[in-house]
Parts: sequence; C-alpha cells; structure tokens
Amino acid sequence: MIEFHDVSLGYAGKELLSGVTLKLAPGSFHFLTGPSGAGKTSLIKLCYGDLAASAGRIELFGEDLANMARDDIARLRRRIGIVHQDCQFLDHLPLDENVALPMRVAGLETDEQALYELLAWVGLSGRATALPPSLSGGERQRAALARAVINSPDIILADEPTGNIDWDMSLRLLRLLTELNRMGKTVLMATHDLNLIRAAKSQVSARVLRIQGGTVQLAGADL
Amino acid sequence: MAANPIKTIVLVLTGAPRADRVVPPSGHTATLTTLTAAAMAFLAVFALALSLATGRLADRWAGALAETATVRIAAPADQMAAQTQKVLDVLGTTPGVTSARALGGDEIKALLEPWLGPDLPVDALPLPQLVEVTEAADGFDAQGLQLRLKAEAPGATLDDHMRWRRPLIASAERIRFLGLLSLALIGGASAAMITLATQAALAANGQVVRTLRLIGARDSYIARAFVRRFTLRTLLGALAGTLAGMAAVALLPPAADEGGFLTGLGFAGLQWAWPLGIPAVAAAVAFLSTRAAAFRSLRSVR
Repeated sequence: MIEFHDVSLGYAGKELLSGVTLKLAPGSFHFLTGPSGAGKTSLIKLCYGDLAASAGRIELFGEDLANMARDDIARLRRRIGIVHQDCQFLDHLPLDENVALPMRVAGLETDEQALYELLAWVGLSGRATALPPSLSGGERQRAALARAVINSPDIILADEPTGNIDWDMSLRLLRLLTELNRMGKTVLMATHDLNLIRAAKSQVSARVLRIQGGTVQLAGADL
Repeated sequence: MAANPIKTIVLVLTGAPRADRVVPPSGHTATLTTLTAAAMAFLAVFALALSLATGRLADRWAGALAETATVRIAAPADQMAAQTQKVLDVLGTTPGVTSARALGGDEIKALLEPWLGPDLPVDALPLPQLVEVTEAADGFDAQGLQLRLKAEAPGATLDDHMRWRRPLIASAERIRFLGLLSLALIGGASAAMITLATQAALAANGQVVRTLRLIGARDSYIARAFVRRFTLRTLLGALAGTLAGMAAVALLPPAADEGGFLTGLGFAGLQWAWPLGIPAVAAAVAFLSTRAAAFRSLRSVR
C-alpha cells in the first residue's frame, strides 16, 4: 500500500527524517508514535504527497509519488482517508455536505441513506445540518473520520485524531478505527498517547512505529 | 477540463451549479466584479458606438467627395468661352467621367454668397469658370486628365478633392482606431481586474483549497468553482452595463447636419446587434483570465 525506501526529509536546513524505510501492508494497523516535533505529521504528509521527500522513494499503491502529476496525486488521495488533529472542514457547508464532499469532488452521486447511516455510525445523525464551527472537538473528529471513509478508501491516515478530545471520546474513535481495520482497511494512526496504544491491545493486532532522531523503528513486540 | 474551449465554457456555465458551493459566498468581491463588469461594458458600448460612427463618417466622406471633381479655368475674358469648351470636350472623352457641366453665373454666385454676401457683382469680377465633373464608380486617371487639360486649356486646373478627402478620412480612421483601442484597453483592464479578484478570492479561501486538495479534488474541479462564479458575475454585470449603455446611446439626439459629428454618434440599423456581443466577450475574457489565475494559484498548493 505505502512503501518508503530510504526516505529523507529536510526542513529549514536540517534533516527531519533520515533514511526511513517502511512498508504498510494491506489490512495492517500501525501506530506511529514519538515525541512532539519528531516528525509524525511530516511522515503522514509524505504518505499522501502533501510533502515531497528530499531523498529516497515513496510508493503509494505501487506508484512513485515523486513522478506523479497533480491530477494523479488527487486520484490517489481518493483512495486514502485522512483525519487531521485540526480537522479541516468547509465552514460554510453543513456537516452532511462536508462529509459527502469526497463523493462530490470525485464526481460520484451521494447515497443519502448510506450518508445518514455513516453519520449514525459515528454518532452524529442528530448533527447533520450543523455547521462545523458549532461542533465540539469530539464531534469534529468523528465527522472527519466519517468524511475520511465515505469513499471507502483503502488506507486511513489519522494524525493525532485524539489530540483535542477526552479519554472516552478517544476510545470511541479508536473503536471506529479498529472496526474499519477489521473491514480490511489499512490504518496508520499517529499518536503520542501510549495509554491509547495500550488500550488498543484488546481490539486490534497493531504494530507500533516510533520516530526518534529522524529515524523510524519498530517499537518492540507487537501489542 | 475538456479540451474543447467552447464545450468547457458551456460546461462551466450550465453544468453542476452545486460545484461552486464549495467556495464560500464572497459577497464583497463578487459584487465588485459585477459592478466593474457593468461599468466596463457601459464604456465599451460607447467605444463601439464611436468606432462604428467614425467608420460610417469616413465612408460617407470618402464616398461623397470621391464621386465629384471640379475643373477651375482661369483665363482672360476673351478666351474663357473657348477654354471652357475645350475642357468640356476633353472631359467628354475621358474614361471614368460620366458628366461634365459648366456652372452658370448664378450658381457661382450662390457658392460664394456665404463668404462674400448676397450683393456680389459676379459680372464685374474676374472669377474663374468652374466645371462640375461627376465620376463613375471606378473614377478616372486624375494625373492623365490634368496633363490633357493643361495641353488643351492652359488655364484649367483639376481639383479631384483629394487634398480635402485625405485629412478628413485620416481623421475619421484615426478616431475609429482610438475607439477600437479603447475597446481593447477595456478588455485588458477587465481581464486584469478579474484576475486580481480571482487571486484575492483564492487567497482568502486558502483553507478551502487545501481541504479540497486533501480529499482528492483535482485542480480543474477547484478552479471550476471560481471560474463559474466569476464568469457568471461578469456576464450578469456586462449584460446590465451593455443594456444601460445601449439605452444611453439610444437617448442621444438623432443625427442631424446641424449637429455635425456628435449627433451622429450611435448605431445604425443592424449595428445595434454589435453591442449585444459585449457580454459574451466579457464572459469569455472572465472565463480565460479566471481560469489562468486559478490554475496559477493552485500550483502553490500540493
């Protein structure tokens, strides 16, 4: 699904990531952890082409990201669901339209029933017409997850999705991600919350990648 | 976007009206765009009216003066009749001359009356004899005729009106050129204004653009939302401005000889259809400039 081959990333004159090699197999669940500023967000951005590697090669669905045209990057992003810590919505559109947006930009008809089932799955069926600025932190994260999966993507990339929400809501979001993984989705979730990683132990067979000193290492045994 | 530009414009104007909902309403910028398009179209109507009116004027001057010429005969009184007859004989055998007629004393007096008054003693003054020449549509060889006249009647001088026509026609052509230049400048200024408005709208909606790219929107999809909005706004404004301009031109005083050129400013007959093309041209300018600006701006977002 995603392969890094000796990837480096320079930022502001220094090397943030150096010689990273990793492979996310289809259907796998990986946590990405490390201290703040270690490069978790950068590594996730490299995965979907939002940042360009300064060295090495990144393959997404078998295609080299470096040689890809803008339209091809857009096409591949439709196969990826992205959840950010600071969920990005179009604030002038109601929640249901925001969630359905990936369908619209892909030129697909939105199945209203499926949309509302999805909103119910993330516990937001009563907030369908609310505008994003009126949502709580937890609601925004769940809405971002709903938007990330509406196109049934192959990969879910979640960047600190629990960063701004309480523990109960974090567990709820984790359950949604593990459910998606059970459906066959590949999940990469960046978090610095080790308790959350431990809590996932009973739900999913996941691996933990740790970024430290610009390199990525497998953090000990599987959970 | 589709490769065919016409198809693309039609798609933008008619297709997927929900597409531009992804861009937040930008009341201020959009209103300014509409108002500016209206003002530009209003000015364009007048520039077009000026071009067409001067074109008509140039044609009229060229046509009216080109069909006539004058032969002036200055000779001693006892030779005047003989030279006049020789001139008429020469003119009668000149290809391209349809008729030639010596003006009578009353006609010469009428010509001079506006300058010298009604009590002019024509008989007492040594006035030249004038011969009015009417040309065929193809005209005649003025240089050859002049030489023949000099040979037959030494006091005869041909005036084919070129020295009057040339500056008049040149002036009219120059005014017409200035009118067309004004139209081009209005088009260029409109394109620049719309480009700036698009860039401002894209900059103000940076977060929207990033979010759309994040979820897999192609540049063409994002650009279309902006292009559609600015093209339709421009079309609407230009249509209003054009209709207002046409109404203003229609309300100008009718063409009259007494009023000279100014009362002739406007459209005649089928020329009234010309300004109706202004909104379409404005929309095309808006489409192209918005599209170029949008794609240029989008390149800065991955």
